[in-house]
Amino acid sequence: MSASFEKGYRALMEALDTPAAAFFSSCVNCGLCAEACLFYTETGEAKYTPIHKLEPLRRVWWQEYTVLGRLARMFGLAKPVTDEELEAWSPLVYDACTMCGRCAMVCPVGVDPGYLIRKMREGMAAAGHAPQGIVEAASRSITMGSPAGVKWVTVEAQIRRVEKQFGFTVPVDQAGSDYLALMSSWEILNFPEYLGAVGRILNAAHATWTLASEAYEATNSGIQIGVSDLARELVQRIVTAAEKLKVRCVISPECGHAYTALRWEGPNLIGRPYGFEVRHILEVMDALKRTGRIRLTGTLPQPLSYHDPCQISRKGGVFEAPRRLLRDLAPEFREMEDSGTMNWCCGGGGGVSANERAEPLRYKVFQKKRRQIEAAGVKTVVTSCANCRVVMEEALEHYGMDIELLGVTEVVAEHLAEEAKK
Amino acid sequence: MSANELLIWARGSGFNLALALLVVGLLLRGFEIFSLGRKTDLAPARARSPGSGWKTVFSRTLPPLGLVARSPTTYLGGYVFHVSLFLVIFFYPPHIAFLHALTGATWPALATPVVDGIAAMGLAALVALLVSRIGNPVKRFLSGFADYLAWTLAFLPMLTGYLAYHHLTPDYSLTLGLHILSAELMLALLPFTRLFHAVSLIAARWYTGENFGRKGVAT
Ligand code: SF4
Ligand code: SF4
Repeated sequence: MSASFEKGYRALMEALDTPAAAFFSSCVNCGLCAEACLFYTETGEAKYTPIHKLEPLRRVWWQEYTVLGRLARMFGLAKPVTDEELEAWSPLVYDACTMCGRCAMVCPVGVDPGYLIRKMREGMAAAGHAPQGIVEAASRSITMGSPAGVKWVTVEAQIRRVEKQFGFTVPVDQAGSDYLALMSSWEILNFPEYLGAVGRILNAAHATWTLASEAYEATNSGIQIGVSDLARELVQRIVTAAEKLKVRCVISPECGHAYTALRWEGPNLIGRPYGFEVRHILEVMDALKRTGRIRLTGTLPQPLSYHDPCQISRKGGVFEAPRRLLRDLAPEFREMEDSGTMNWCCGGGGGVSANERAEPLRYKVFQKKRRQIEAAGVKTVVTSCANCRVVMEEALEHYGMDIELLGVTEVVAEHLAEEAKK
Repeated sequence: MSANELLIWARGSGFNLALALLVVGLLLRGFEIFSLGRKTDLAPARARSPGSGWKTVFSRTLPPLGLVARSPTTYLGGYVFHVSLFLVIFFYPPHIAFLHALTGATWPALATPVVDGIAAMGLAALVALLVSRIGNPVKRFLSGFADYLAWTLAFLPMLTGYLAYHHLTPDYSLTLGLHILSAELMLALLPFTRLFHAVSLIAARWYTGENFGRKGVAT
């Protein structure tokens, strides 16, 4: 894809829709969204105010889609958006926004800056101003099928390890299964325990499940970089495999943006609803537990807390399931201040973790989570996004904090009553 | 033009002109926004959430927990100013008489000394908001001509109204004429300035409420 300013500008124009126009028409520059955004609260720099990150997009809207703005431009009273300007905005749009959606919860007039950032990135990427790290991840997704360059042989190696460790066969390409399980790159590379846990849970529930050799990777860098064509291709891979295998439900793994991509954006990207259901692994486990198909036993005695991944809680609506799963197991469960749909981001969502340029800023804004964890007085934090987990692990190490991080899925697998009986 | 002629013009043709500009402007802005369109969301909603857009239109009037303490001037100033503006416009006896002549409808008024106190609070709130716009680093950074223009358009009718009511100027008719003119200016420019948020926030809040509501998240 050759990038150019013209393409970028056109992409910005095409991305603008009625909600975007309503948002830009309504903002009164009250600055309140800054207080909701960790990039502002942790740095104190006004340039990180959410709505300011969208200034070029606002001007494109005003100058192209309002009579007053068009007149102003005609008479030289408004300066057009330039390539240099877009380039200058790249660190604001890619490094300093995780598309966490928190600002949308506080804006008094109802603006959703995250919604607009997603649109702005379409233009930034088309103009060639996406950061190198994300661009590379995106191109690996196309050529190798995975942003981290994970190949099927890597997955096969993991399958063999899981089979050896837990003594069950990992089904591959089994048509007609109830569930198709996907993984994120992180889970394939860093958290092999995820696949084992999913298998143990689904087996305990006597559900039929499978992996697909043609679609194993759920991470969608197209969404993060803001290239809908790429995002569509990645979603289509999964849809094709799932419909070919005639599975009932595709399980989105412990990854926030994968869920947004597959569950919410996917049907819109491919232009039709799917012939199957998409559920996050948390929803699957919660439903299995509530219908009595799995039972949990034992306790995690230590005080622990749950970190809500933004894309799963606030932007995905799955915030009760993890609490229902954890509460019975953890008598010392403690909520952090501002949890659930008002959680604070780990600082690495929305492709920020894949963007090396953003690393110092990412550590800085992690201070928010750090204070939250300290205030909750826990040494164990459970979450359900492998990306959050890696971001937090690195940051905790950076700050020399000794905190244990766990994934909900492995916690559930470790407490299956069905396994305990055996 | 003498002060009296100005007053007569403001009450007659001036008002009609302002109203016409307001209506045309609102239609134009509405067209600009809605003609852009929005794609139907093909992702199935998590749960049926009828009315989540409208819920947010109303619920967003209340502040989120904890934020008032972080931005007291913005919230307090904002509430006092908006409430005061509303009460003064709709419950000051001469305003009611004016609206009655225009629409035929009428309703009970507030006692004038009460309206007076409310107006003074509204003015003070506006001044506080201006000070915070200039003094607060984030607001100063964000603010441009459009923001100060909107502030001025809101401030002038409040100020002239207050001056006229208390006969604080040598020429009452002139002040009253200017009061009406500045109110008309506010009406006429509402669709084309930041004042438009008074109308467009319904759409903005609605879309956010709907977008999140489909996912089962209350905003
Ligand atoms: S909170 Fe809303 S109205 Fe205020 S500056 Fe941010 S986007 Fe604009
Ligand atoms: S979406 Fe999150 S990170 Fe992005 S501007 Fe809003 S609060 Fe900040």
